[in-house]
Amino acid sequence: MDKKKKKRFLIVWAALLVILLVLIALMGKPGPNAETLQDVMKDGVLHDHNKINALGMQVNPSVIADWWIIGILLGAAALIRIFAIPHFKEVPGKFQMVLESLVDLADGLARQNSPHRHKFLGAYVFFAGSYIFFGTLFELFGIQAVTTTGASMSLPSPLSDINAAIALGCLSYGVIMSGGIAGNHVKGIGLTLKEFSLPISMSFRLFGALLSGMLVTELVYYSLSLSFVIPVAVAVMFTLMHAVIQTYVLTMLTTVFYGEVSLPSPKKPKKTKTKAAKTVKAAA
Amino acid sequence: MPLNINLQQILLHLFNFAILFGGLYLLLYKPVKDFMDKRQAKYKEMADQAASTTQQAEALKSQYQAKLDQADQEIAERKKQAQQDMQEKLNQQEADARQKAEQLLAKARREAESDKENIMESASRQIRSLAEEAASKLARQSVSDVYDEFIDSAKADIDDGFDDDEDEPARGGDRS
Repeated sequence: MDKKKKKRFLIVWAALLVILLVLIALMGKPGPNAETLQDVMKDGVLHDHNKINALGMQVNPSVIADWWIIGILLGAAALIRIFAIPHFKEVPGKFQMVLESLVDLADGLARQNSPHRHKFLGAYVFFAGSYIFFGTLFELFGIQAVTTTGASMSLPSPLSDINAAIALGCLSYGVIMSGGIAGNHVKGIGLTLKEFSLPISMSFRLFGALLSGMLVTELVYYSLSLSFVIPVAVAVMFTLMHAVIQTYVLTMLTTVFYGEVSLPSPKKPKKTKTKAAKTVKAAA
Repeated sequence: MPLNINLQQILLHLFNFAILFGGLYLLLYKPVKDFMDKRQAKYKEMADQAASTTQQAEALKSQYQAKLDQADQEIAERKKQAQQDMQEKLNQQEADARQKAEQLLAKARREAESDKENIMESASRQIRSLAEEAASKLARQSVSDVYDEFIDSAKADIDDGFDDDEDEPARGGDRS
């Protein structure tokens, strides 16, 4: 882009911003918020107010967000499966390289932390990582849904709902236990139950991290004056970073505990009773 | 429940997770993983094959090296054997030549001895004949001399008287 074109672009961009600001000012003061900040915060945490009708049930917005995420991810996966994977080459192109890197990342994490049993774990890490990452980024799109009260709301990240976080935490715990059973049978259950705080810690860690991001975002968007420029930094800090960090944390924890409980414990050598020992015992 | 925890919502999420897990596994994870595994297996097979070929080549190389060493050793042994044979032949030839020479020398000596004996015999014969001849000559000469003296004295006597009879003593000498 030469200097002349760059200058023209900057002028058009600045003019567009000015026009938008003028239009916002002309619209007058926004009406009073339908909900108080307390209500917004409370609903953000508890999801007890804004429900959505779906399939004859009243569900939390996070369930709808789940469906969106599932639809997007599975749709993309189906397109990739149909159009990209059959044309994979031994020397990968850019897109193939990205896909292979993602699969290899999940498989590598599973292989690294549970080298003795990692086939299923790799697939689980791929699923959990994809869900947490794209689920966290989902709130950036601001997809709207209509609540049971008729109000419109932006669909949140599903994991900012404690029910989704508990579901994922318990599922991860179940996967860890399945590894324990596969590797150590009944002893594996005991090894997993020893870490009884794990489902709670995993669930609430996810919930807390994503909730904090969501609350900050809600807080920022509650006030119109804070809705300029600041959301860019907030979105990066509380959404993108959370997406990466929480994906890493949950997958890492799951693989580490899976590897620990599924590691076959070495068999203790059976004590053979010697003649001398028997004699001593008999004498005693 | 506190915090609005709802079992139905949790189950709904778990249901969603199950769908997402199955879908992602079947549509994305497994095909990509299979492709990567196949490629890895292919390259591993190629690497194994290359390693095996290299190993075979190494084995062949060592085999050939051993054969070469063996051949070198054999060549050296044969060379040594040939040298030994040659030396033996030379010695044999030398011994033969020496023997031949000795035989020749002995023969020559014998011949020389024989010749010498013959020569000596011949010489002695000749000497004897010469001696005999000389003796006879001496004997004849002494008679002739006396005769000659007689003749000469006679001749001198005659010369005094007869100059034409000069040749007669010579004729009388020839007759004797």
